[in-house]
Amino acid sequence: MDVLTNNFSLYGEGFLGTVRLTVYSSLLALALGVVMAGFRVAPVAALRAVGTTWVTVLRNTPLTLLFFAMLLGLPRFGVALPFELFAVLALGCYTSAFICEAVRSGINTVPLGQGEAARSLGMTFGQTLGTIVLPQAFRTVIAPIGSTLIALAKNSAIAGSFSVVELLSTYKTLSENGYSVVWSFVWIALGYLILTLAISGLFHLMERRWGVAR
Amino acid sequence: MEPLIELRGVNKHYGPLHVLKDIDLTVGRGEVVVVIGPSGSGKSTLCRTINRLEAIGSGTISLAGHPLPEEGRELARLRTEVGMVFQSFNLFAHKTVLANVMLAPVKVRRKKKDEAERRARELLERVGLLEQAHKYPAQLSGGQQQRVAIARALAMDPQALLFDEPTSALDPEMISEVLEVMQQLARDGMTMVVVTHEMGFARSAANRVVFMADGRIVEDRSPEEFFTAPRSERAKDFLSKILKH
Repeated sequence: MDVLTNNFSLYGEGFLGTVRLTVYSSLLALALGVVMAGFRVAPVAALRAVGTTWVTVLRNTPLTLLFFAMLLGLPRFGVALPFELFAVLALGCYTSAFICEAVRSGINTVPLGQGEAARSLGMTFGQTLGTIVLPQAFRTVIAPIGSTLIALAKNSAIAGSFSVVELLSTYKTLSENGYSVVWSFVWIALGYLILTLAISGLFHLMERRWGVAR
Repeated sequence: MEPLIELRGVNKHYGPLHVLKDIDLTVGRGEVVVVIGPSGSGKSTLCRTINRLEAIGSGTISLAGHPLPEEGRELARLRTEVGMVFQSFNLFAHKTVLANVMLAPVKVRRKKKDEAERRARELLERVGLLEQAHKYPAQLSGGQQQRVAIARALAMDPQALLFDEPTSALDPEMISEVLEVMQQLARDGMTMVVVTHEMGFARSAANRVVFMADGRIVEDRSPEEFFTAPRSERAKDFLSKILKH
């Protein structure tokens, strides 16, 4: 127990770091993911190609490798950013590929006639997608997006290995100070649990509010 | 009569299947043209090419003298001039009846909300569904949904309306409520292209009957002539089958 009480500020800092990473990366992943899903169903072949390439590359690259590529690769092209921002970029882009596929599968559950009716009324592709298709697709993708964001929260632990302050990396300091490894990890695990349960709670509420009625 | 919709030498293929063969068709302003024919004859495809929900292989389609644009904003703008009513209604499932009717005037025509709502209520009144304005499509019967779909198409003040088998998905007792609305539109002088199996409607409301078979227009005549004295064997055969019962 003293591990937690003696190091409360360290744990707190790590926890907040993980929360920050999760929130910012989630926002980036959601925005990029929805845009890429739009690309993948666009009538323009070039946009579809961009979407497909994005998903293929990012979904099939190990996240750690992506971190290396961002942190070691981008500075070579003169892009120097704080490590935390690099971590948000890596996590956000990586997760956006999974969000994109979830949203696209949701789009495919919306009957074709909905889009046809919208187009026959003179709506552009963007209007059709934004006001007719995505709002209906959204209702079916709440649960899979929740799972993806929970995975994102846990994946954020990788950032600790790249000098970003987050929850898992607190164990290094703690073990150097001679605290029990087991108890250090128990409190770390609890921190992740709080975050992931909060996400699943939020998505549960959203599903109750907007999910497809059965 | 001033031609509104003109198709010239229109051909379309689905893979090896030649679904529209050299279609020439002119629909005058204010005219009601009913397209009939056996299933698979291409009549629905023909109807859907007029607002380019289906692309064509060759030929030209023009509306009020302007050829249909290929894609993009120009095409979207042109589609506002041609309303469409579908077999499966296709009302926006996540919006109320009123929102369905108001949506395109606000989003596409940039009408003010209160103005669009006033017009939407007028149109719902006209199809007899004002009391249902705040319900969702799933809470309505098929006939009611189709009448809302007609109101939604009318809300754009289109120059012409296309009907793609509007009563084929309806129970018999609901067919007449939809046909009544269509009859009224025809009397009001709306230009209409109607793909249907309702021979009664064709007889009473159509100015011309277009009979299609195997992707071709086989006959294009007044309903009286067509139903009493069809010229082609295909039409005689078709009529004998559907009028027998």
